[in-house]
Amino acid sequence: MSILIIPAILSGMMMGAVYALVALGLTLIYGVLHIINFTHGSLLMLALYVVYFLNFHLGLDPYWVIPFVLPLFFVVGYCLQRGLIAPMSGGSEQNVLLITLAISLMIDNLALYFWTSNTRSVDIAYAYDTVEIFGALLPFGRVVAFVVALAAAPLVWAFMAFTRTGSAIRAVAIEKRGAELVGIDVNHTYAICFGIGTACVALAACLLLPTFYVTPQVGYTFVLVAFTTVVLGGMGSLPGALLAGLLLGIIESLCGLFLGESLGQIGIFLAFILILFFKPSGLFGKRAGA
Amino acid sequence: MRFQSLGQYGLVLFALVYLAGVYFVSSPVWMGFTINALIVALAALSWNITGGFGGLSSFGHAALYGTGAYASAILQVKYGFNAWIGFGAGIAAGAAMGALIGGLAFRYGLKGSYFALVTLAFAEVLRICASSFEWTGGGSGLQLKLMPGIAQLQIVDRPWVYTGLLVVVAVVMLLTALIQKSRFGAYLIAIRENEDAAEALGINTYQIKVQAMAISGAFGGLAGVLYLQLWLFIDSTVVYGSAVSVEALIGPIIGGAGTVWGPLLGTLGLHLLGEGTKHLLPNSPGLNFVLYAVVLICALRFLPQGLVGFAARIGVLRKKDQDDA
Amino acid sequence: MKNTFNRRTLLQGSGALALGVSAPSVLRAQTPIVKVGVLEPLTGNLAYNGTQCAAGAKFAAETINAAGGIKSMGGAKIELVIVDAQSRPEVAASAVDTLVEANVCAFTGATASALGLASSQAAAKYNLAQVFSIGTAETVVSRGLPNVFRFTPGVNKCTSIALENLKLLNQGAGNVVKTAAIVHEDGPFGSNMAKILTEELPKQGIQIVETIPHPTPHRDFSNIALRVKASKADILIPSNYINEYTLMARALNQQRVELKAIYSILGGAASNIKFVRENNDVAQYVMDCNHWYDPTKAESKALAAKVAAAGLDLTYDVMVSYATIQVIADALERGASADRQKMIASLAASTFDKSIMPYGPTKFVNGDNTSAQPVNTQIRGDKIELVFPKQYASAEAVFPMPVKKN
Repeated sequence: MSILIIPAILSGMMMGAVYALVALGLTLIYGVLHIINFTHGSLLMLALYVVYFLNFHLGLDPYWVIPFVLPLFFVVGYCLQRGLIAPMSGGSEQNVLLITLAISLMIDNLALYFWTSNTRSVDIAYAYDTVEIFGALLPFGRVVAFVVALAAAPLVWAFMAFTRTGSAIRAVAIEKRGAELVGIDVNHTYAICFGIGTACVALAACLLLPTFYVTPQVGYTFVLVAFTTVVLGGMGSLPGALLAGLLLGIIESLCGLFLGESLGQIGIFLAFILILFFKPSGLFGKRAGA
Repeated sequence: MRFQSLGQYGLVLFALVYLAGVYFVSSPVWMGFTINALIVALAALSWNITGGFGGLSSFGHAALYGTGAYASAILQVKYGFNAWIGFGAGIAAGAAMGALIGGLAFRYGLKGSYFALVTLAFAEVLRICASSFEWTGGGSGLQLKLMPGIAQLQIVDRPWVYTGLLVVVAVVMLLTALIQKSRFGAYLIAIRENEDAAEALGINTYQIKVQAMAISGAFGGLAGVLYLQLWLFIDSTVVYGSAVSVEALIGPIIGGAGTVWGPLLGTLGLHLLGEGTKHLLPNSPGLNFVLYAVVLICALRFLPQGLVGFAARIGVLRKKDQDDA
Repeated sequence: MKNTFNRRTLLQGSGALALGVSAPSVLRAQTPIVKVGVLEPLTGNLAYNGTQCAAGAKFAAETINAAGGIKSMGGAKIELVIVDAQSRPEVAASAVDTLVEANVCAFTGATASALGLASSQAAAKYNLAQVFSIGTAETVVSRGLPNVFRFTPGVNKCTSIALENLKLLNQGAGNVVKTAAIVHEDGPFGSNMAKILTEELPKQGIQIVETIPHPTPHRDFSNIALRVKASKADILIPSNYINEYTLMARALNQQRVELKAIYSILGGAASNIKFVRENNDVAQYVMDCNHWYDPTKAESKALAAKVAAAGLDLTYDVMVSYATIQVIADALERGASADRQKMIASLAASTFDKSIMPYGPTKFVNGDNTSAQPVNTQIRGDKIELVFPKQYASAEAVFPMPVKKN
């Protein structure tokens, strides 16, 4: 078993990078809008289908469609928040949660109706390629996802830190009233933020599809882990999401190795509960849990 | 339970007429799905204690429901106990699990979405454990032996199942009304409205919240046990899955959280809606859920206080002096 | 859009079917109709299998109606009443009410044992027969319900026949396989199967060196592949659903795990043509012991052609569901009545041997069809061939698999 530890840690990190990417979008929305967004998994599924169909019909490589899919899902996210979630919820936190649940029910079942429950995966030349690192064979697609995730997190962070929109988002996150008073359009900023979060999930979809599959139910596979990642990293913290994602990947992989794959996910949720108890603000969070 | 408006009388009257009418409809379909709805309504009443009165929105009530069902099933299947002992044990186990989750979560001051997520995580941990260990039947789940008769709480005759469930729901609603009227209920509502102020008034908020979780757990465990006795089979996804948690919270919110009638009305309404969409779109599985979701979103938009809150505004009888219905 | 129109074609098909059935009844008011229920999970986790089953039932009803319907009942046409179990037991149970209201004579279902357990229990109160398409858990037939008829084999039968066939294959190859690794989903089937294998495999002289259960869905199979590799097992015995099987097959290939054979038991993918098409390289020589039709029968060939024409994948779900409708039609033919109680008697007395499945004459003992048996299939090129038992075989088994030239 011991010779498997290093490969297990590495492959856990690769999987963790995907968790981090999914969580990156969620943490933005969570940190700024303070809502539990249950549409996230469904949007991941939707993005996976878009990438799949672009590949299936037009033969486009999942990696090369990133410049097209990202803006598309930014718009989808923006419209979803501005046109549906905000006006329909009337500002109540419980209602937002139920509305995102209802939207996800809607998206999932529309996907089931139009695209059926068939499992689909892309047929690409590098599907079985591997990269050898420290004697461990790592799937090529996972390595790409890892590298891009490592690059994406600082980019989003830089956007938040150095652009006008970024500082508007941060202002709204900290003090909504105050931001409104200095002339920031809160609804627009919320929608921008939701859009960026959705674009992140679309990026995750592009990187995930070469090594995974898509069905209408695929979102659930990732959404719970993404929530865990967000809390572990600290609500709204981008570096936190990245680090937490990687950490959870490793925890899951090692727990799977030593406790059995069935119990591998126990590690994730136990880590989650412990973090909530002892440091509810997460690894990088500033505020206490409230 | 004094109603403030004609609308609320009308709403409750409608529900009662419907529930009574089920006896007289010849089609078995109505009683069938209403039985399912009543079990969900019990879970909803359970959520309502903490989520409605206490403002402690749980997203993992499956943890309580499933623990009740599993406790009873393990006693019966693995140790050969009588179903009635399992029934009591299930309720107790639900209460214990509620107290445990509440005790831990509130000890560390979790509220809002943090509380929601930690309850969700507890339900998931329990689900994974239940599907991994031999003691809980593992992935195969637990199947009760078919032993029809009241001695083993396996009632075959459907009108009797239905009547029994109606009685249980009525008892739980009565308990809810008593809780609402009690000092404990007042404290719980005070915590929902302003926890700091409640604390400042000398209320031991930690204790009240843990007690509320225990009561909620007992109701949730009861719902789980009745599910088990009705279908005689449980597995980890069926009773610990997130679908249970969602159903437990959606009914009260649609019906009116923190009211006595809200959870039942909301759950009945949603199940009727579900059946209705199935009949409207019989040949397109999936699309019925889309329609259901659309109506749900509209309901949230136009009934922000739930059905009970909406009905309260129709034909107001007296000034809103207290918040009960 | 060759993959996107399955459900819709299916629905149009069902509309056309209903029309085809009801139009003559308007013209010649005497053509009777007999209703048969199909209870499957069309939404939720099990939607894929449920939809495939529903499709199989439709093809069967079409074929039977085209051949003149139920002759003993004046050429009555079969009309299917398809209801959605939503992958949830309590919904499956209340869907039975809908079937009763529609006045079906019997029904088929329900893909997962958990759903079938609930639906058959609910149907027992109405004396309504359920002919199980798939329901592998032994609790399905051990409850003593008179309305339960499981046409296909359960987990015990599947596993023991898989073991017998493996023994024969291994003997034929000079007992090259000495160690085995088991990878299974942690649901009812997988866990039960692993339990039986752990007891029985050592008796054949095969040592179990690794047993790895995993949940469904499972996201990453790298660890599992590494553990199988480290165990140096000769043979891998997996049992899991298609998504997990696909990820596992990829991971095994990427980690360069060398095996003498992959021998799955009710493996979701090794008998799924879609898997063969999309992962052709890694699929080669994979064997599966599963429900499968007798490919030599004319009706089987006709079904395969119809399924292909509808743009669907021919999976075992389609086959077993097709066969259960045949069983129900035969019971109707012999009983000449759509009465529920008479259907139970008629099914219980069934000796039907003309289904598309490679079974002998049907014989229900306590609701379990004792003549049911799984068969061995093997992926060869872009086809799934039946290799065992010999009388139904369409190709010779290759065991162990040839060493890959890398």
